[in-house]
Amino acid sequence: METILDILHELHDDVDFSVESGLVGQGILNSLDIVTLITEISDRLDVQIPAEEILPENFDSAEAIWALVQRLDEA
Amino acid sequence: MSLPSLTFLVFAALTLLVFWLTPDRWRWVVLLIASLLFYGAGDWWYLPFVAVTVLTTWLMARWMGQRAARDEADLNARRADMSREERKAFKAAGKRVRRRMLILGLVINFGLLAVLKYTGFAVQTVNGITSLFHAAPLTVPSLILPLGISFYTFRSTAYLIDVYRGKATPQGNLARYALFITYFPAVVQGPISRYNDLAPALFGPHRLNWGDMSAGSVRVLWGYFKKVVVADTAMIAVRAIVANAGQLRGIYTVILILVYSAVIYGDFTGGMDISIGLSRMMGIRLTENFCYPFSSVSTQEYWNRWHITMGAWFTDYVFYPLSVSGPMQKLSKWGRAHLGRAVGMRLPVYLATLLTWFLTGLWHGAAWNFIVWGLLNGVIILISNECKPLYSRFHTRFPRLASRRWYTDLCAVRTFLLMGLVRSLDCYRDVPVTFRAWVSMLWDFGSWADLTNGAVIRNLGLSPAVWVMLGLSVLMIFAVCRADKAAQTAGRAPLAERLSEHPVRWAMVCGGLVLVVLLFGSYGIGFDASDFIYGQV
Repeated sequence: METILDILHELHDDVDFSVESGLVGQGILNSLDIVTLITEISDRLDVQIPAEEILPENFDSAEAIWALVQRLDEA
Repeated sequence: MSLPSLTFLVFAALTLLVFWLTPDRWRWVVLLIASLLFYGAGDWWYLPFVAVTVLTTWLMARWMGQRAARDEADLNARRADMSREERKAFKAAGKRVRRRMLILGLVINFGLLAVLKYTGFAVQTVNGITSLFHAAPLTVPSLILPLGISFYTFRSTAYLIDVYRGKATPQGNLARYALFITYFPAVVQGPISRYNDLAPALFGPHRLNWGDMSAGSVRVLWGYFKKVVVADTAMIAVRAIVANAGQLRGIYTVILILVYSAVIYGDFTGGMDISIGLSRMMGIRLTENFCYPFSSVSTQEYWNRWHITMGAWFTDYVFYPLSVSGPMQKLSKWGRAHLGRAVGMRLPVYLATLLTWFLTGLWHGAAWNFIVWGLLNGVIILISNECKPLYSRFHTRFPRLASRRWYTDLCAVRTFLLMGLVRSLDCYRDVPVTFRAWVSMLWDFGSWADLTNGAVIRNLGLSPAVWVMLGLSVLMIFAVCRADKAAQTAGRAPLAERLSEHPVRWAMVCGGLVLVVLLFGSYGIGFDASDFIYGQV
């Protein structure tokens, strides 16, 4: 979870991602941010996120992203 | 049969009548017959091409659905006897087989689109290169281009991919699926609705109600107003500037950018209003394709508000799969190792953005001006993304600025002008001529006095009275958009919806719009309602 928060903080240092939800819905993360985030997750956590998992509900908060990473890691 | 024609109005009115007189369970059949008649009215030779798309995507999606269900059943039956690794291998094998079918479907349908739409462009490009070596030119073939092929190919391939991903359930009835692809209000210029959104609206129960009828009818008339009063009239001035591109000075490029914005907005959103309004009158809700695009404060926001369903298609089916693909992630790792972390993490985003926008340009038309238009949009989005830390520092320094109305209006004007400048590539349809026109704004601007001494009016083919009518029409659209956007922010319904509560006002608005369209629209003597610009995509 800490790694996810670190990556998000590097993308937008003005947002408190530990409490923020609606990251996609409110437009905090755009499509370019999401791809950068996925590339960083692949590099640091060695988890590949396929295109069909790129859904607003999977990226709307740090918790949702962490849940997605855990699910894909266990699959 | 083009949407702004009187023939279409009669056709739509008859379809509406038969639709509501038919029992609910057969209404989709009425829509299918109407859609095939509408499509065939363009040219009966279009039908075999759309039939190939309907048949191949329906069969392949059905096969993928059945295969996935069989694999799932097999896995459940043998789950207890399999290890975790064996289950993963079993799932991956099934997915590989389905992926082969998906690729075959995509190759057939994009291949058909590529051959019919881009062969001429490819041959012309080859001729351009070989002419440098004085080689004899190849004959440019003249191929049939089925109506709305770019739109129905995207709708059907999205369905195929969604079934492959398990996000859509395959439609078992071929005729119902054919309606989803050929639904006449949306077949020529979208919206590119997803199966999960449109199918329930097409096949679900339809109840005749006053709210849908009143809101839908106002929307249709508003669409006609935007198309034939604003877009078609303003297009006369655009044609005059483009026809004299070599002689006219920079001031005319500025006028072109402003006037063509009215043309494209009136043309495309007007067409959408007609499609969405007519569907609404049949109780069918289509996906909205525009959301106040000229209020956008950035290029990225503009593309989230303009032609929304096309942008979503490219994002979901090109940008994301490409940027998170294995080769792209490997390239990113290689970039980090050899070029540094900053470059490595940007490589997938940059390459995928530029390729996506290249394809977006190519989708808009088989010509270099569309490709350059697409790439320029991609470059602007990347530059503005790189500038985000700068904006962030600026807003930290001036924290109250972002909430000021004048500041957001200023950002919206900047985005509007920038997008208008790039869009002018669409007017000249010639990259060097467009670039010269842009340069003329800096080095050979001309005089603002041309605006006041009547030179512009004389040169652009519209009388002073028509300019006034056009200006007032644009102001009216602007006022309605502002009011609707404010209503949306406040959680209220837009004007067209609220009119249903006041039948007298509804009748007055409809009557007024009909009168304005008949008096000032391009149905008068000497005018000819032209096809929608996106209908030519």
